[in-house]
Amino acid sequence: MPSAPVRVILPGMLRDLVGGVAEIEVESPSESQTVAELLDRAFSGHRILDGKVRDERGQIRRHVKVFVNGEDATRGEGIGAPVPAGARVHIINAVSGG
Amino acid sequence: MTETIVAIGTRKGLWIARSADRQDWTLEGPHFLMSEVASVAVDTRQGRSTVLAGVKSWHWGPTVQASTDGGRTWTESAERALAFPADTDTALERVWQLTPDPNDADVVWAGVEPHALFKSTDRGEHYELVRGLWDHPHRPTWEPGFGGGAVHTIVPEPGHPESVLVAMSAGGVYRSGDGGQTWAPSNPGIRAGFMPDNEYPEYGQCVHKVARGQGEGELFAQNHNGVYRSHDNGATWDSIAEGLPTDFGFTVLAHPRRPGVVWVVPVADSGERIPPDAQLQVQRSDDAGATWRQQASGLPDHSYTCVLRDAASLDAADPVGIYIGTRNGDVFASADEGETFQRIATQLPDVLVVRAAQLA
Repeated sequence: MPSAPVRVILPGMLRDLVGGVAEIEVESPSESQTVAELLDRAFSGHRILDGKVRDERGQIRRHVKVFVNGEDATRGEGIGAPVPAGARVHIINAVSGG
Repeated sequence: MTETIVAIGTRKGLWIARSADRQDWTLEGPHFLMSEVASVAVDTRQGRSTVLAGVKSWHWGPTVQASTDGGRTWTESAERALAFPADTDTALERVWQLTPDPNDADVVWAGVEPHALFKSTDRGEHYELVRGLWDHPHRPTWEPGFGGGAVHTIVPEPGHPESVLVAMSAGGVYRSGDGGQTWAPSNPGIRAGFMPDNEYPEYGQCVHKVARGQGEGELFAQNHNGVYRSHDNGATWDSIAEGLPTDFGFTVLAHPRRPGVVWVVPVADSGERIPPDAQLQVQRSDDAGATWRQQASGLPDHSYTCVLRDAASLDAADPVGIYIGTRNGDVFASADEGETFQRIATQLPDVLVVRAAQLA
């Protein structure tokens, strides 16, 4: 039986880059996936997003946050944090700048 | 009809000033609002109207944007146009410099932070790391300047594609004689007054900007305390600071046709980054730095701003146009080689880069 897909919700600032897409639905593998693996899948059809959210080492940019089911994954295990099937993942721009 | 454009990169976006006669100007923008634009190149080679911009969003990172219609519309590669290879375990912080090569109309050089040089052979669509400089044994000891550690100046040599010079704060001048494969420091004569013991080290100088003059092997450099001239393509350097109100500043400009004609924008001191006597001014020499004279007509007094290393540019018209942008968001233009200036933009964010060119 297929697992529930993960929903990746984009911030408004990134939606303009992908034709107004607000949410990307990603099929879950049978086992849990990491944030890095999830983003690989989510961005495979929207390549420009990858350079915005992650640097070329694969690290989440300093002023970007990834919340998995309401928890800030960037504070804990970062790109290695597990993403359960059916999760809601928010990518947000941090409240920073001047 | 020829159009003069002045691309103005700021802390919070890019503006474009346009004029048919260099007297009446219109201002377009902002493009990339709230993103820093630290580098711009106007590529007019082979009749192009291409503008390249190094853009950094504080949230979404650095990138290179390109326009083929003189800065009116912009595109960005979906894949990273400029990125460090995986084996370097390094991430791009900022694109500090974009330089079209005068010897090959497909080549664009990019100087970036952290200290590295990239080269594009497809007019700026994709860039590759120049390994020769990245692998230089000195690189781990190059120190960041106050603004960051970057290759901020790239000076190819027209007619000699094998010859390229770069400058960085603080690493000094390095030259390659084989198109970028190998590099050697080239700072004889450039003083590093901030060093405790040896003030003339092999490298480590804080060179702020280098411009190529039209004399044989002629280069000019504005240093962190020091203004220099080279007659041998950067092999050696001589001070030309005598006669200037101060030897501190960030930028230097060299006339595109007349040997020995050079401008600097003096800053009072390293610890006092305002115009000398609070008079915004350029200093011009017509004899390769032997003598200097102030040009300030139309520039404000009671000015406590500063002109950064890339916030000055010349155009290629006759007489040459001079453009300077300030940290308090003004841009001044001179259509008569600095004799008079007019304000063509005001109330912009901090101006980081100004690049002027004539488009066909």
